[in-house]
Amino acid sequence: MSKTLIIFRHELLNTLRRMSFILITIAFPLLMLLGYGIYQGVQHWYHPGAPEEEKIGYVDQTGIFNQYTSQLGATFVLYPSEEEAKEALLAREIKEYFVIPQNYLSTGSIIRYTMEREMELPAKTMEQIRAFLLSNLLGNETSPEVVERAKTPMLVTSFRLDKSGEVVADQSVFVQFFTPYIFAIIFVLSIFFTSGYLLQSVAEEKENRLIEVLLSSVSARQLFVGKVLGLGTAGLVQILIWFVSFKVFAEVAQVNIPALSGLSLSPGLLALGLLYYIFGYLLFAVLFACIGSIGSTAREAQSWSGILAIPAMIPLWIGGVIIPYPEHVVSTVLTIFPTTAPVTAMMRLTAQTIPAWQLALSLVILAASVVFCMWAAAKVFRTGLLMYGKRPALKEIIRYIREA
Amino acid sequence: MSTAEVSKVSKSFGEVKAVKDVSFVVESGEVFGLIGPNGAGKTTVIRILMEIIKPDSGEIRIFGEPLQESTKNKIGYLPEERGLYRKLTVRESLSYLAALKGASPSATRDRAKELLERTGMLPYQNKKIEELSKGMAQIIQFITTILHNPELVILDEPFYGLDPVNTKLIKEFIAEFKKQGKTIILSTHMMNEVDELSDRILMINKGQTVLYGGLAEIKSRYRKNSVFIEAEGKLGQVEGVVRTQDHGSYQELLLDGKTSPQELLAALVNRNIVLNRFEVATPPLSEIFIQVVRGSSE
Repeated sequence: MSKTLIIFRHELLNTLRRMSFILITIAFPLLMLLGYGIYQGVQHWYHPGAPEEEKIGYVDQTGIFNQYTSQLGATFVLYPSEEEAKEALLAREIKEYFVIPQNYLSTGSIIRYTMEREMELPAKTMEQIRAFLLSNLLGNETSPEVVERAKTPMLVTSFRLDKSGEVVADQSVFVQFFTPYIFAIIFVLSIFFTSGYLLQSVAEEKENRLIEVLLSSVSARQLFVGKVLGLGTAGLVQILIWFVSFKVFAEVAQVNIPALSGLSLSPGLLALGLLYYIFGYLLFAVLFACIGSIGSTAREAQSWSGILAIPAMIPLWIGGVIIPYPEHVVSTVLTIFPTTAPVTAMMRLTAQTIPAWQLALSLVILAASVVFCMWAAAKVFRTGLLMYGKRPALKEIIRYIREA
Repeated sequence: MSTAEVSKVSKSFGEVKAVKDVSFVVESGEVFGLIGPNGAGKTTVIRILMEIIKPDSGEIRIFGEPLQESTKNKIGYLPEERGLYRKLTVRESLSYLAALKGASPSATRDRAKELLERTGMLPYQNKKIEELSKGMAQIIQFITTILHNPELVILDEPFYGLDPVNTKLIKEFIAEFKKQGKTIILSTHMMNEVDELSDRILMINKGQTVLYGGLAEIKSRYRKNSVFIEAEGKLGQVEGVVRTQDHGSYQELLLDGKTSPQELLAALVNRNIVLNRFEVATPPLSEIFIQVVRGSSE
């Protein structure tokens, strides 16, 4: 077995066995399961009791509102005078009452009395009163169907067509706006957890002074490649578990949860997602391995890595622009710029399609950056590993790259 | 074929010249002592030898050729800076580090068991490194150095921080390696430790060679021409002795330069003096070092 492979296996198995890795990996599917469980539980156990029959009093000075007194769960009780209606309200026999004045037909105004403190007119009650008035106004004029339509003139079903005229599967607002966010967050988390492990592992070997033993057995390149690939594979396992559990969840959940309708993960998206994940991971892993080799302790290296993580986070901060306006120039620039490309592309891909030229350009630039960083980082890595006690200045780092 | 050849190697770190024009040859099957005080440049020489750092100038050959990746498998290196994976168990550490040296898993298993047993570490094989004491971890590190049965063993300060029992254990290992025909490079600032072990030495100070050659030859070169004796009764005047120095339990007789220790012994025996000890005085390496350094600075 080649030494790179031995290092690869060692790093992979060690990461897969790490408690923190296992917890994070299963936390995501567990959270989805928990959310689903809570939703189902609420649906199953919560039976809203039969809505209490509400009584609304009214005083009719026109004499035409005397039928259809049962509307949408409210019973309308006629009182001969305002005084009697007020007494009934004070005695809590009715919820509220209203007066239909004599000139109602020409003015449309009614006067309402309630004991509740209200911010605005309660929509449900207004609906009930409206239905009651409408039924009485039209009841004698036309058929019950027309009355019914007058009450609810439309029930809308809306479709979105794509450029070829095909119906685009309808997604709820929740799905449209939250899936890209969730995907981007998953992405960032996995990339940074995994590169973080890499950084820690390099910094630990340096701090533990193991590095001399390792370098007397293998070359710096073997160590570097073995580590980057070993931890990367662990990260890939993690993101695959997340993707698969997300897909299963999407299939099951949208049957029962209307807010999740249209939630899906197409094979094309999955493939592009994995590609971006691999490149994104490699880019950050290589940079993090470099930082791990330069810092003199694991703690120091970790605090540095935070600065490097910022460019990857930018798309998350301005997701409010990228998701609703995927074609905006900011979105395009962030898709092409290497450190923001993986996360931005993920956000856009879940929302809509990205023009092929942008995808191609973004992937090519990303791949080129990975190759360049690997080349430079391997050199810094080699020199940085053996430096203790002294942090090299940027000028020195550039010198390592030139000289090594 | 010599095991290691270092010719005209120099290395500077910024302004500091850590190693200046050092050359030496380590012959196959010998114990080679690399000695000098702290900061003399011993570790730098070893790191250059292992290609962990590159020299500014000079050439290194190991087993007759520049160091290659495959050659690394034939070398066991115990660095001065010790460290192991704290979270791994003893057994996992041993099998990983041996695999990196190209050793087969089955051979590693057998040899690890044997070495752990011999060092009394077998009961700890499933313990994590962080659970071990510092001395124990050091023994484990020593085992990782020799687990893959290397031809060349490089030990940088191997006795540092060890108790007398473990120091003796390591010395026994070194003697055994020599019997097996392995080559050992032993670097230490405790010069008297290598006195009894080394065949040849390189003594360096401030990055420069101060002494290089066979230990016996060096010692005879720096012999003070005196003899230690412990005798019963009065010694009196002895022919060929210019001065007698009393060290309490023993005496040091300084010879006149014409009389050999052999002749002195014969003379003492002839006078029926009962001798409990008769030893040709050779100065310890540390004293030779002081002499050489003083000599060169004067």
